[in-house]
Amino acid sequence: MSLIHFQILSAAMFSIGLYGVLARRNALLVLLSIEIMLNAVNINLVAFSSYAESAQEVGQIIAIFIITVAAAEVGLAMAIILRLFRDRSSVDLDDIDLMKW
Amino acid sequence: MDFHDIKLLSPEISMGALGIIIILLDMITNRKGVLATVSVVGLAVPLSLSLYLCGLVDSDSEGKLSGVYGTVLIDQFSLFFKFFILGTLALVILSSTDYLSKLGRLRGEYHALLIFSAAGMMLLPAVTDLISIYIAIELTALPLAALIAIRRDSHSTEAGIKFLLLSAMSSAVLLYGMALIYGFTGSTEIEVIIERIAYLSTGSGPFGERVILLAVVLIVAGIGFKISVAPFQMWVPDVYEGAPTPITSYLSVASKAAGFAIMLRIFYMAFGDIRIDWASLFAILSAVSMTVGNLAAVIQTNIKRMLAYSTVAHAGFLLMGLAAVGTQADLFETPMGPGSVLFYLVAYAVTNLAAFFVIIAVVNSTRSNMIRNFAGMGQRAPVLAIILSISMISLLGIPPTVGFMGKLYIFSAAINSGLTWLVICGVLNSVVSAYYYLRVIRTMYMLEPESDTSIQIGIPPRMAIGIVGIGILVLGIIPSTVMNAAEKAVIVFF
Repeated sequence: MSLIHFQILSAAMFSIGLYGVLARRNALLVLLSIEIMLNAVNINLVAFSSYAESAQEVGQIIAIFIITVAAAEVGLAMAIILRLFRDRSSVDLDDIDLMKW
Repeated sequence: MDFHDIKLLSPEISMGALGIIIILLDMITNRKGVLATVSVVGLAVPLSLSLYLCGLVDSDSEGKLSGVYGTVLIDQFSLFFKFFILGTLALVILSSTDYLSKLGRLRGEYHALLIFSAAGMMLLPAVTDLISIYIAIELTALPLAALIAIRRDSHSTEAGIKFLLLSAMSSAVLLYGMALIYGFTGSTEIEVIIERIAYLSTGSGPFGERVILLAVVLIVAGIGFKISVAPFQMWVPDVYEGAPTPITSYLSVASKAAGFAIMLRIFYMAFGDIRIDWASLFAILSAVSMTVGNLAAVIQTNIKRMLAYSTVAHAGFLLMGLAAVGTQADLFETPMGPGSVLFYLVAYAVTNLAAFFVIIAVVNSTRSNMIRNFAGMGQRAPVLAIILSISMISLLGIPPTVGFMGKLYIFSAAINSGLTWLVICGVLNSVVSAYYYLRVIRTMYMLEPESDTSIQIGIPPRMAIGIVGIGILVLGIIPSTVMNAAEKAVIVFF
């Protein structure tokens, strides 16, 4: 296993996540796709910090920060999605069309 | 974390404390009107601490103070934005007192979240480490998402979820860019990154500077969402329409200023040596953003949506200042670009706040955001109509308003950097924007009013409207004070 394998894994996960954000219509699945993107970044960072000799442990520290902030983000997103569901008994983003153009 | 570090972060720490005090006060008092007073008066503490830091920076021989393990840098640039954000926050709180009667018992949360988010914005221009930049961006965005959804009706919730999902996605893109920078330079500190990039671009590194350019594109895309630049602007109109109007004004001014501050910080301090490479990227984004924003604004009937597209167009003008980095020949001369961006941000803040404050006051009475409901405001509310007209003229960029000075400054910076085509594009766009800005003035003065009742407005919003209304004209006639401050603030980059 070399650094390039982790790079490819991370890039693939990031692309899958991005595709999910753009293609999924369910708000919860979009949220999950964003988490996949963030985890792709985490893999990238941890791989860099363990392979590059000049980089020390900074990458792992950033990964912990990202995990923490992502948890806060999910909490807020779930609160708003719950509100959305109470309003119109659906979390489908296609139904969220009160405002366009 | 010793006393020196706490001193450098004291404005933000006091903002956090103020937010907590507001929440506690909200629990024990029944007179909710006192919350706005405490918030505005409490802002005197971070203000005086910032003034104190200003004195320290002035007396320092290098003109900058660094601390918190090298992640925080207090210099003229970050102080400029501290004062900018504090001023905007105070005005927004003043202007929203009438509006807040709708929110009922959520007033405490409203003020506390505004203050927390402002703390993030004040921190953002002062941090010089990629981790801290990410944390400060999230500290800004999460309270804003809650504020957008705070009205709890279907429009507000819809705007909130759109903002939160897109902001989270843009953070992920930004982080991927930052991870690449970290991987290929081995550091997250901006000042170290610039040295390592110089090493990479000599060709002795394994990848050369191409991978840095990929990271630059990802970072531009990530921050581009926050500063509402086309093609990352699709959330802007929906969020601006659905959010409570005071939050919309705050979003369009403060959050955009913080975004541009961090753009300037990253691109001049970390990628300053390869500025010719990224300047062309900004020039293209600027042209696209102006054109998309202006053309889409022409067909809007809702005034908040119209101003949302106008803010996209103005982000284009601001990017013109970022693209104005000087030419290859005089790379060691100081370009006018960054100074013009700072001045334009002030000009846009004063003008746009005036427009939004009048809209808050009018919509509070008419309950409708449609432009046609502004008919006859010239008779129903003469002073408000005059101020809205002045701000529309300033957004358009006609003298003697501050909008004209801002455009003049930014256009001359672009011409000095050889971007004549971009300036021509900007002038053509200003002509297009005349249509929709002047339409508002025409509606207010030429059309018959729907009713004769005059618009009622409280004392604090009246003060806020007065300050920004006078500000548009005063800064338009004597811009030199702010211009000097802006130029002094950007000296740190060269």
